[in-house]
Amino acid sequence: MAILVDENTKVLVQGITGGFGGKHAQLSLDYGTQLVAGVTPGKGGQVFEHGGHKVPIFDTVEEAKAETGATASAIFVPPPFAADAILEAVDAGMDLVVAITEGIPVMDMMKVKETMKGSQARLIGPNCPGIVTPGTGPDSSGGCRIGISPGYIHQRGKVGIVSRSGTLTYEAVWQTTQLGFGQSTCVGIGGDPINGTSHIDCLQMFNEDPETEAIIMIGEIGGSAEAEAARWAKEYCKKPIAGFIAGATAPPGRRMGHAGAIVGGEEDTAEAKKAILAECGIEVAQTPAEIGTALAKAAGW
Amino acid sequence: MVDVRKALRIDKTGVARLGKVVSVAAFRAMNIHEYQAKELFDKFSVGSPKGTVASTPEEAEAAAQAIGGGGLVIKAQVHAGGRGKGTFKNGFQGGVHLVDTPVQAKEFAAKMLGETLVTKQTGEAGKLVRKVMVAESVDIAHEYYLAILMDRESCSPVIVASTEGGMDIEEVAEKTPEKMLREFIHPLAGLQSYEVRKLSAGLGLKGAQAKAFGKLLVNLYKLFLSCDCSMVEINPLVETTDGEVLALDAKFGFDDNALYRHPDIMAYRDTDEEDPREVAASESDLNYIGLDGNIACLVNGAGLAMATMDIIKYAGGEPANFLDVGGGATKEQVVAAFKIITSDPNVEAILVNIFGGIMDCNVIAEGIVAATKEVSLEIPLVVRLEGNNVAAGKKTLAESGLNLITADDIMDAAKKVVASTK
Repeated sequence: MAILVDENTKVLVQGITGGFGGKHAQLSLDYGTQLVAGVTPGKGGQVFEHGGHKVPIFDTVEEAKAETGATASAIFVPPPFAADAILEAVDAGMDLVVAITEGIPVMDMMKVKETMKGSQARLIGPNCPGIVTPGTGPDSSGGCRIGISPGYIHQRGKVGIVSRSGTLTYEAVWQTTQLGFGQSTCVGIGGDPINGTSHIDCLQMFNEDPETEAIIMIGEIGGSAEAEAARWAKEYCKKPIAGFIAGATAPPGRRMGHAGAIVGGEEDTAEAKKAILAECGIEVAQTPAEIGTALAKAAGW
Repeated sequence: MVDVRKALRIDKTGVARLGKVVSVAAFRAMNIHEYQAKELFDKFSVGSPKGTVASTPEEAEAAAQAIGGGGLVIKAQVHAGGRGKGTFKNGFQGGVHLVDTPVQAKEFAAKMLGETLVTKQTGEAGKLVRKVMVAESVDIAHEYYLAILMDRESCSPVIVASTEGGMDIEEVAEKTPEKMLREFIHPLAGLQSYEVRKLSAGLGLKGAQAKAFGKLLVNLYKLFLSCDCSMVEINPLVETTDGEVLALDAKFGFDDNALYRHPDIMAYRDTDEEDPREVAASESDLNYIGLDGNIACLVNGAGLAMATMDIIKYAGGEPANFLDVGGGATKEQVVAAFKIITSDPNVEAILVNIFGGIMDCNVIAEGIVAATKEVSLEIPLVVRLEGNNVAAGKKTLAESGLNLITADDIMDAAKKVVASTK
């Protein structure tokens, strides 16, 4: 099981001929991901070769999907063209669109979000590390890796992880691997203020996933997504949750790296969010070093 | 400065369902001067009083001459609120003055230009005044409030208006939430005429004033979209005794992600107004925010960088900065980062916290070694490396002969760096 993707998911990469997209396409192939196509306008017919794999490149997502049966897309397209790339994937009927690109203008994302209303496609990101369902091979290989996460830190297991931050996801993954819990699926939803998939969406999916026994939710200052997810969880989530909120020391009004990480008022400070999480029965880690142990406590492991 | 976002939040819990209104992009990363805001208003035909910027007393005199008339106002141009009540370090009171004649404008300009203005927002250091704006002063019949913001929750722009302009908008929202009007604008359909009429009626405007307000709002919305603003706030928006509707004072926020397509707005950036450490960091493509603490940190990833600041505080220290070197940092960037954090005289120790997912730990290690050759490091350095190629990174550090403290995990690192300053 796991959520959204598994070892059978067929993936294409939009922007596979770029340096960043190409590098991570290679790492996904090494991980054992079913990376079946690349898309770069104007480079259709070329082949992306790596370690014995020959991945065909297409001009459009529509062609790539028709030829290969890909259902998920990873977007590594530069910011000025990323919104167009997302909508192209949605139009082509992809089930899952994972936008890794950092720096997409907010107005562009506003239009994407509105245009996607009513669509079957799910968008993850933008400005996110992507999604990993670990495999069962050495260093968790054989799984599905879409994005930029380091594959080897994972271990197939029972914890679902959702986070706005890449490196904090890695910390949580690493800790749960060290503790031997492993992960069902890890979703980085991204640090932008307007994104496709929220904390609450992931909690709902983890709640329904038989393989996921407990959940880690990592958030940060800015917005109210974590608080809403916590309130939902209090009401409906059957599984133990541990949480961490970054940014307790962030000065108000400053954008802390992520475009969405900005304290605007009293309710989106780290302390306020932590308090809401705790009220909703979530075990809140006080430091990023204690995410794994907080989960163990919440789950009684 | 008024925090409109906070105001709306309070309002939300007050009466109607408002949706959370949070402007989505940076505010202080890209500020513009009042005279630049005036230029944008002119470009988009958003009515505002006549005004000209001046860099010398003579220019101020000429500007006053050109505008003509008796009632003029002269304003110091700095990125800080509270100018009117500020004090110059030369003893001159006030960064905003009414003047009657061009000669007087010249005299006042001479007392402001090249002088340092201290306001409640500048801190003790104050801000050097390099330019002044000379503008016509208008006779006000009524003051309103008008803002357009990008709303994070609804993923759409929202227009906020109130009859209670010129005041602290937070207070208005708290005490009289019914006086805060708002209209969410469809992301694709854009501003509709009926929405303008609703707002206009809500403000009690009639006839020619309603028309003038409508024109201003439509143009302001165009400006908001065209310039990728995260916020435009006009406070006050005034109705003059002549029946004109004019933007008297404005605050802008821009979406950093969209600045690449606005070279004209990028050109408004005034690095003299920014923290020099942050200017240096942006030149090396580093994500840095200066703070007041004693422990500097260098981290990869924004989330981990924030969390590292938090854990420094948790361990009993105070973070001196936020610094995200990013996922693809080079040795050169690490060296630049070290130069910036060691230039801060408050810094007593440094914590490097790297979780190398894809990032090679050895690149960081080599950067640290190279940096310490260029910058003589006289304060404790604690390093926590984990992840990709960590063994090589640790080896590089060990063989360098550097006097550094290694840590096993983030908590260990935070405790050690705090202990090193005691």
